[in-house]
Amino acid sequence: MGMENSEFLVMRGISKNFDGTQALRNVDFSAASGEVHAISGENGAGKSTLVKILSGALTSNTGEIFLDGKLVELGTPLRARRLGIYAVYQEFSLISHLTTAENILLGQMPSTRVKGVVDWNKAFRQADDILSSIGFVGIDVHKTVRQLSVSHQQMVEIAKAVANRRRILILDEPSAVLSQEELRRLFNLMRKLKEEGTLILYISHRLDEVFDIADRITVLKDGQLVGTVKPQECDQNQLIKMMVGRSLGEIFPVRHPVGNETALEVRNLFHEGEFSDISFSIRRGEILGMFGLVGSGRTQVARCIFGADPFTHGEILLKGKPTHPRSPRAAVKEGIALLTEDRKRDGLVMICTIRDNASLASYHELSRWGVINRRRQEIRVKQKVQELDVRPPLLDRLASHLSGGNQQKLVLAKWLLTRAGVLILDEPTRGVDVATKVEIYKIINDLARDGMGILLISSELPEILGICDRALVMRYGRLVGEFSRAQANEEKLLASAAGVSQ
Amino acid sequence: MTNNAEPQPKNPNKALAGLRKTLLGDGGNRRTRHWVDYAFIIGFVILIVITASMSDVFFTQRNLSNLLRQTVTNGVLSLGMLVVILTGGIDLSVGSVVALAGIMVAGLVKLGMPLFPAILICLVVGAAVGAVNGFFIARFKLQPFIVTLATLGAIRGLVYVYSDIPITPTDPAYRAVLGAGFIGPFPISALIMLACYPIVWFFLNRTSSGRAIVGIGGNEEAVRLAGINVTWNIFLAYMISGFFSALAGVILASRLGISQPSVGAGFELDAIAACVIGGAILGGGGGSTFGTLAGVISLGIIDNLLNLFNVQSYYQQILKGLIILVAVLARRKQR
Repeated sequence: MGMENSEFLVMRGISKNFDGTQALRNVDFSAASGEVHAISGENGAGKSTLVKILSGALTSNTGEIFLDGKLVELGTPLRARRLGIYAVYQEFSLISHLTTAENILLGQMPSTRVKGVVDWNKAFRQADDILSSIGFVGIDVHKTVRQLSVSHQQMVEIAKAVANRRRILILDEPSAVLSQEELRRLFNLMRKLKEEGTLILYISHRLDEVFDIADRITVLKDGQLVGTVKPQECDQNQLIKMMVGRSLGEIFPVRHPVGNETALEVRNLFHEGEFSDISFSIRRGEILGMFGLVGSGRTQVARCIFGADPFTHGEILLKGKPTHPRSPRAAVKEGIALLTEDRKRDGLVMICTIRDNASLASYHELSRWGVINRRRQEIRVKQKVQELDVRPPLLDRLASHLSGGNQQKLVLAKWLLTRAGVLILDEPTRGVDVATKVEIYKIINDLARDGMGILLISSELPEILGICDRALVMRYGRLVGEFSRAQANEEKLLASAAGVSQ
Repeated sequence: MTNNAEPQPKNPNKALAGLRKTLLGDGGNRRTRHWVDYAFIIGFVILIVITASMSDVFFTQRNLSNLLRQTVTNGVLSLGMLVVILTGGIDLSVGSVVALAGIMVAGLVKLGMPLFPAILICLVVGAAVGAVNGFFIARFKLQPFIVTLATLGAIRGLVYVYSDIPITPTDPAYRAVLGAGFIGPFPISALIMLACYPIVWFFLNRTSSGRAIVGIGGNEEAVRLAGINVTWNIFLAYMISGFFSALAGVILASRLGISQPSVGAGFELDAIAACVIGGAILGGGGGSTFGTLAGVISLGIIDNLLNLFNVQSYYQQILKGLIILVAVLARRKQR
């Protein structure tokens, strides 16, 4: 028996096979109670699979799990919960038309003296207490979950898990939808839970967060354990090298000079309750960054330019000519493309093939009298899929069978087949592993070199600083700052986005 | 046309995969569908074997051609239903449109209108009813279930307003061609139905509207944001359903030789059953033309078999209800 075996949680020899692909290969993992243990790795490295085995959502093919030195059988989420293991996944499991209070207290609603009749006052009070006890204030428990913002939904999801007696809490990418301030509150909560002896397993793509909160970091690569490190003994570059075998300096491509022609100009765009006074222009070959906290209105501006949502007034000029796309169809015809922030929700048709998804926005070019020219479709899609290195390059493969990074490349392929002149990218690297990020940055860079005007909306500062020629900052529906590549740095952009004057 | 000049399959494996795709469609999660598909194919074969061994009448030409003619109505209806189901919708009004088209064609012919213009008018009227469904569903984003339930009632009422007594068409050509006509050993009506299947297959797999319709059932918002006119394509799907309902109505009236205002009640059940047995997923996200044809024929064989053994039609209803349940159960999403 080695040192590790005395730890609170020990997973030994865990393997998991999905229809022939080995998601986990003989992984040994252990963690102590009262620590925040981060699990890092590229997409498809096996992080989610590992924690899902621990939470009972999946069963492993081989391996044993020990809690407090005792061998446990998990198998179902219910059994895992009885042992005090709770998980918050990327996909929410909230019931959207019930109130927040009901969601938090699901299965344990308080009743009045007459059994079975819900005591609503008590329920709202209890739910409110739970939320405030963990520092999540400002969420109205009377509202239905549907009425809450995505970040508040995420916090309710976490509250639901924390409301129970738990020994292990699994957080899978909780920060993706949280603002800076909300993230701070989550970290406070995590520190408190840690003191109470809870083991927290934390998965995040954002390395700065991991370094901020984790006591130890375990790195997985291709379903195998690479190693466990302490953040004090390692820096981000070393960690990335463990994850992908590549260092940070090689991530962003070298930018090319920008042309003089204007690709897109927006003047005084205004929409009641969403944003106002939005004016900016993008030149051909330019990558314009748009930074801001979640809910600052960046996505709404993008959707209006693309015709997906209406705006009250304002002007949009394409190559100097005024235009007003009233539908995505009109925008696509005008040569505007929008890669949305959530590819699962509105980017891809998961039940359709690569071929279908890639040609979805260019059928008017691929067909005559409504009949698709299969040969032309085949040639164009195949070429684009190879160009972007979508793996596997099989046109009949369903989109749902691709990894996150390849799905994102497929969405890109769809838009590049339209030969748009203006490309709006809303969080193009969300939920994408580092290796694919590098490829996507290179693609974006190449597109700009070929004369496309690109608006890059991102919440990741390194991304904005690494690839954009200029950066705009949005806050509460207004543009509050503009920085050239030379001026921009993390502090300035963050201060501007958060409304702190320097 | 260069469209059909697809590269030839290079090895038998690929050809087999191509055949599978042609028969079972592109949509759906193939990996989890495997056993379900095979189970249905095996069940289908067993059904035929049982039927043939239990009744020596089954494999007579007369019975087979009867069987074919009886499946025509449902076969045509199910095609329209499939297109609508692929968009994630449902069309409950098909039975009423069958009655409307049937009574109108008989009425018009009785008034002295030549047969083919009368048929054409009925088909247009059927498509128009579908257009009304499609307009409310696509334009105002109303629930297909409710909208088509409303038209189901309204059109049935309209049929009785037009004529509350059965009409017998006077033109003898009417019965002779569509209802009782044969080309060789094949009933004309069955040939029309069988011809419709490759046409709809081509529409769904080789036209931009067809691919859009399949995509809408999978993720409507993604299709909209790709710059496709979703409203138009949903509208089109219901129009197609209305058209095929009217075609089924005209053929049925011709076969029966009399147009009853009460005909067609409950036909939507058969059509939905055929689609679901053939692999369609209610709510969108899968389904194929040839799967649907297999569903139509299996339902037809079951009916035929029960008729041969003189089982009351009430039991047939019960059995059909159970078949739908089992089919949906077998195809529910697996984790």
